Amino acid sequence: MAIEIEQPSVGLSKVAVSKTHGEDSPYFAGWKAYDENPYDESDNQSGVIQMGLAENQVSFDLLEKFLEEHSEASSWGKGAPGFRENALFQDYHGLKSFRQAMANFMEQIRGGRAKFNPDRIVLTAGATAANELLTFILADPGDALLVPTPYYPGFDRDLRWRTGVKIVSIHCDSSNNFQVTPQALEAAYQCAESMNLKVRGVLITNPSNPSGATLQRSVLEEILDFATRKNIHLVSDEIYSGSTFSSPEFISIAEVLDARDYKNSERVHIVYSLSKDLGLPGFRVGTIYSYNDKVVTTARRMSSFTLISSQTQHLLACMLSNKEFTENYIKTNRERLSKRYDMIIKGLKNAGIECLKGNAGLFCWMNLSPLLEEPTREGELALWKTILNEVKINISPGSSCHCSEPGWFRVCFANMSEQTLGVALERIHKFMEQRKRKET
Amino acid sequence: MTLTRSIQYPNPEPEVQTRKPGRATAMRLIVPLQGVVQGRGGLIFGSLIPCALFYFLQLYLKRHRSSNSRSNPPSPSTSSPNLAEITRTSSRSNLLSRGLIGPVRISSRAMSIAKPNDSPYYIGLDKASEDPYDRISNPDGVIQLGLLENRLCFDLIAKWMSENLSDSMMGREGGDLSISGITTYQPVDGTMELKLAMAGFMSRVMGGTVSFEPSQMVLTAGATPAIETLCFCLADHGNAFLVPTPYYPGFDRDVKWRTGVELIPVHCRSTDNFILSITALDQAFNQTRKRGTKIRGILLSNPANPVGNLLSREMLYNLLDFAREKNIHIISDEIFAGTMYGNEEFVSMAEVLDSENFDKNRVHIVYGLSKDLSLPGFRVGMIYSFNENVLAAARKLTRFSSISALTQRLVVSMLLDTRFIEEYIETNKKRVQNMRDLFVAGLKTLGIRCADSSAGFCCWADMSKLIPTYSEKGELELWDKLLNVAKINVTPGSACHCIEPGWFRCCFTTLAQEDIPVVMERIRKVADTSTLCS
Repeated sequence: MAIEIEQPSVGLSKVAVSKTHGEDSPYFAGWKAYDENPYDESDNQSGVIQMGLAENQVSFDLLEKFLEEHSEASSWGKGAPGFRENALFQDYHGLKSFRQAMANFMEQIRGGRAKFNPDRIVLTAGATAANELLTFILADPGDALLVPTPYYPGFDRDLRWRTGVKIVSIHCDSSNNFQVTPQALEAAYQCAESMNLKVRGVLITNPSNPSGATLQRSVLEEILDFATRKNIHLVSDEIYSGSTFSSPEFISIAEVLDARDYKNSERVHIVYSLSKDLGLPGFRVGTIYSYNDKVVTTARRMSSFTLISSQTQHLLACMLSNKEFTENYIKTNRERLSKRYDMIIKGLKNAGIECLKGNAGLFCWMNLSPLLEEPTREGELALWKTILNEVKINISPGSSCHCSEPGWFRVCFANMSEQTLGVALERIHKFMEQRKRKET
Repeated sequence: MTLTRSIQYPNPEPEVQTRKPGRATAMRLIVPLQGVVQGRGGLIFGSLIPCALFYFLQLYLKRHRSSNSRSNPPSPSTSSPNLAEITRTSSRSNLLSRGLIGPVRISSRAMSIAKPNDSPYYIGLDKASEDPYDRISNPDGVIQLGLLENRLCFDLIAKWMSENLSDSMMGREGGDLSISGITTYQPVDGTMELKLAMAGFMSRVMGGTVSFEPSQMVLTAGATPAIETLCFCLADHGNAFLVPTPYYPGFDRDVKWRTGVELIPVHCRSTDNFILSITALDQAFNQTRKRGTKIRGILLSNPANPVGNLLSREMLYNLLDFAREKNIHIISDEIFAGTMYGNEEFVSMAEVLDSENFDKNRVHIVYGLSKDLSLPGFRVGMIYSFNENVLAAARKLTRFSSISALTQRLVVSMLLDTRFIEEYIETNKKRVQNMRDLFVAGLKTLGIRCADSSAGFCCWADMSKLIPTYSEKGELELWDKLLNVAKINVTPGSACHCIEPGWFRCCFTTLAQEDIPVVMERIRKVADTSTLCS
């Protein structure tokens, strides 16, 4: 029954007035603080340093260089042949050349250990849309998806808001480096059942956000077996797959399926995007790769609501089909991320802060539990506020990622210059020194 | 683009199961069992044990049933695609699959979309793309008159592109089409530069009589998500919008698919040149309310697709009065506003709101560059609203359908080139009008008249004299002949929910002038055989 809201004038829908967009959480509140007082190397050295946004700016020069040397990517040549077809092209199949290039790129990232068929690629305007679309397709309103905690705060909005689907947490903790266990999977399933929710799938992020670690093969096998036993779907968000910078090597669910000869694969779907690995979030490029024909067909049709600009597809097709460029990019990007990671870990260690051992992503998962006044969510949020207001750094509190252990924070290191990162580490160091002195 | 036929949609759905077979089986077990037990243990056992068995059987069947969603109550609407039909279909396969795990299930929303497209819209599009007409290389191919694309001024846009893009992406001085600054996360509802540029463009194409505020815009990847997002904001699952017929087939997808919102057709007649009447609107409103369905708003396209006529200023006032009286919203899709020809003046909802003291909170406009600037592939659309709460919600929702920053920058550059835009608007108007006049005249010589229209890419042709029976069936027979014999893809009126059979939507902006006689000749052949047979 639609409720007429107290407004005297015409009413809005439940979706419009609901808070499920989640933008009141500290995750987003910190961004607002940054927007109001952003740090700038020259103009605003006392501003807030943004370490809550997982953006990759370390390899932008490689993209620029490519476009400089390959003007055919950004135009359509003299007399613009092909332009007409491109500007008129709104086919939800997407440009074949672009899908082919994406498939190749995804294979390259996985070292050729898995093959991708371009006809199974569905294009969406970003992974945000891809995750929502898959949820619309795999679950009905009121159904549930199981998601390991801690997870990307955006999932609360992307998986639940318009879809009406619920998230049930698979609890992970630091005792085993936040890896998913069969017990945790089963417990989550039972929890959903006890709430009378029909579980439709498991959604994992591999490499994980916010922990910054890749999933072990044995864990992937367990999760796949679990999904098969329960006859539910498995969505693997591999958006950080190209941002694995140290060992162990990233293992995709596609490789696990390959080893099993693709038996039972019609329950598996992979989400990918160029927002993190290629540092192009502004271009809105996401994909769903599904081993299920019906899901591919349906997702394709639904993608009408979220098509990628054909101009963008054209440019990226040129870029990603250039093997020399992609090989060099993947390698160089990895090296630079590794260097950044080492820098931040060292800096934090010098300040007396430990992080989870990570090998991928654009962030590290920092343990500040020793600093909490009380080992609770409130204590964590108090610390978060202090860091935001006094240290003037925006980091993401674990509670906004639904972490069951208070005191963990996600800190991004790739969305600023090395110099800015240095400034941030200095501030943290000073803060920790001050605290130590207060205690003695 | 995509279309779901809503009328008499065949729906084979063998995988779906219901409770009925289960109960029958249970009874067949319990009755003889009762007889056995009562002989020994008396009345108590005779009742308890069968009940227990019955309970466990139901539990077992419940576990192994690959069920349809309980949370999707059958929708009473005749125009909703199949949610109701799915739950009514029953199947015995529940018994057969006991113990077997079936294929992993997808949602009911997805099931209705996964069916093969048997709508004339799709079949026609497929045929046309498999065997496309080319004057020189494939003169016997299918001529595409079913896709609302404008190719008449491509030479102008292509010229602009080749002149302006050559030095573009290099980040040099004056290279304002570089990628610097646009690769990172942008405001999800579009850059201010593009909003400003769109405000200027919209004002220009709508005759300069109204101005638009960038702060009231939410940009989306095309007008398709703009419509869907508005529906998510204004209506709950099970609510409805009134929509005048005939209407753009895509509304069935945009409004209904994922939102669960219904469309209630308000039929317009050829005697009124398919202009909406407030009486019909009122009737539809009352009838729907009696059914227990809440109407949340009216969805209009102005200029209209497929008819191509305009809503007069007076009609806009009447609609605003009606909306106020019923306390509902108005969505005005004005995507063809810049494709006017002839002497009539286009009046936007925004213009009327400016001039009078209406409650602006209920009005929302949809716009985009797919038609007026012929760039459908670039995905540039918008929601323009006067309601702060709607804007706040839409701004957050549009993250699921944001425009590529690369494209935003290119489009800004184009829109700011006022000399080019002027030339484009004027030339486009002339060419569209010219093509339309030739096409309509051509049809006239065949005895086919078109509805009066002032805008758009198509004419709304009355071929009722050519259909074998005055019915939807007859119309589809003619459509089939036109596609497979005459090899012309046109859109039948039934796909647009037109209540009068025999009307066809024919788009003429994908043609060259030389193609028109070819089209007319092909129609003539079919027309001759049709009149012979009837």
